[in-house]
Amino acid sequence: MNRYIVTALALAALATSGCMSPPKDLDLALTRPTVDGKYVVTLQPPAKPAAINQLHAWQMKLTTPAGTPVPSSRIRVDGGMPGHGHGLPTKPQVTRELPDGGYVIEGMKFSMTGWWEIKLAIEGPAGADRVTFNTVVAETGPGR
Amino acid sequence: MTWVLSTTAAALCGALTVTLADAYDPAPPAGLVRWSADEKAVLASLSLKRLPAAPVDPSNAVERQPAAIELGRLLFEDKRLSRNGDVSCATCHDPAKQFQDGLPVSRGVGTGTRRSMPIVGAGHAVWLFWDGRKDSLWAQALGPLEDAVEHGTNRTRVAQRIALDHRGAYEAVFGALPRLDDLPGDASPKGNAVEQAAWSAIQPHRREAVSRVFANVGKAIAAYEKSLLHAPTRLDAYLEALLRGDRAAGGLLRANEARGLRLFIGKAQCVSCHNGPLFSDQQFHNTGVPPRDTTRPDRGRAAATAAVRSDEFNCLGPFSDAQPEQCQELRFMVTDDPALEGAFKTPGLRGVADRAPYMHAGQFATLEQVVRHYVAAPHAALGHSELTHRHDGAGPPKHAERAPIELSEAEIADLVSFLRTLSPVTSKAFEVD
Repeated sequence: MNRYIVTALALAALATSGCMSPPKDLDLALTRPTVDGKYVVTLQPPAKPAAINQLHAWQMKLTTPAGTPVPSSRIRVDGGMPGHGHGLPTKPQVTRELPDGGYVIEGMKFSMTGWWEIKLAIEGPAGADRVTFNTVVAETGPGR
Repeated sequence: MTWVLSTTAAALCGALTVTLADAYDPAPPAGLVRWSADEKAVLASLSLKRLPAAPVDPSNAVERQPAAIELGRLLFEDKRLSRNGDVSCATCHDPAKQFQDGLPVSRGVGTGTRRSMPIVGAGHAVWLFWDGRKDSLWAQALGPLEDAVEHGTNRTRVAQRIALDHRGAYEAVFGALPRLDDLPGDASPKGNAVEQAAWSAIQPHRREAVSRVFANVGKAIAAYEKSLLHAPTRLDAYLEALLRGDRAAGGLLRANEARGLRLFIGKAQCVSCHNGPLFSDQQFHNTGVPPRDTTRPDRGRAAATAAVRSDEFNCLGPFSDAQPEQCQELRFMVTDDPALEGAFKTPGLRGVADRAPYMHAGQFATLEQVVRHYVAAPHAALGHSELTHRHDGAGPPKHAERAPIELSEAEIADLVSFLRTLSPVTSKAFEVD
């Protein structure tokens, strides 16, 4: 999909949700350091986008700041829509580990378009830390 | 309806205006508001044509069988499945009234505490009832049967009535009925003390056999309910014409209705929760709707998650046809979010103008009162409202991220006018699959 179309769709989602302004520095990066810098997390959404209100799985990779994979960590998933004051419609969980610091997050679901936060609380060998990802869920509209 | 992730920076509303400046339809219908390409994408998402078939319920193996659908239709209208012989599912879910009853709180053998919900489209819901205390349509159908103020009947009595009145139709779908005529006529794990004692006295394997018949009653009723489809509305006719570029679209919606639609998907923020072809996100929200009984405010979703998790008729229970791995909604259910306190399911809005009163306990008599509630945005009696308001003009709203819903008198009128376009174009409120 054309990058400009994606952006326009994201904007439309924000606009039609009442024109709520996300923070000006909203960062949509899928690789982020944790708040205290103990880890680096990369989130990977499914290759085929899921429909609104459809359960689906994400993957994540946990490494040290130097890039060494961090297995066997405890990860809690939380989040919600900051502009609406409500949380995620489901309680996603890390259900299994993959090689090289990979983890599978099942039970992901978005119930509407707009700005969502995905918050991860990590307890690993370097201690506890947390990170928040922003994602903008938009509609692709046949008939456009 | 799919979502995509934008990896580019999100821009703000001000930028949006510029972005869309050149995107307006070059030949808008005369006399109507113009829609941008992005607004059209949202409008398309509301069209009934965009509604996929209801997802398959793996916990109900018979839901597509015509014989189960027909049995379910008979059971839905069968008043013998009640304590006083005068209450059927159709009593509170009247097919002539969009499968609801027009009352603030429903009346079965007694009086309930919440509004009866319409049924068409319910097969798309993950959680059933206003508080989502059931996780399937068939489990939902069982609740009222054993509820003391709804049907007021009990498990063995229902099973015995099936054997007496519907044996042939039942056995054609579910196989041979167990022997039931030697069991006590009133026994249930959910009933009064006498009924519970009688239930406990029945051997476990026979209790399970009775419960299986009872569960199958729910599965047949669910099959019938799932066969009911929404009829197209005036809005659908407008959207279809608009989206295929038909200039005749302009004649299908009045200017005030079109202005109301723009408010609905924009400034009034309705589409935030009333999204998709059913106009519901199927989730739970506290919007500060005043409780019907202020001395006993209703906890809504917060009190229901434990109930659905422990329900013997849930997706993971012994009467479900699903494999455990198919019960993901139950597995990933939110149970500990403070936002569930006083939260109720977003109702769909198709046909809404024809089924006053409104909200989970019929608190508002008119659509105008409903809209005014969202503008007033009162504090919640229990939990916290998601709405924002500049109460008394003092300072910024509490949730600065969310804009207050501020509408003029004319805008309120336009929004209500729009909501009336969600009624079917024909006299038929529903169609049968």
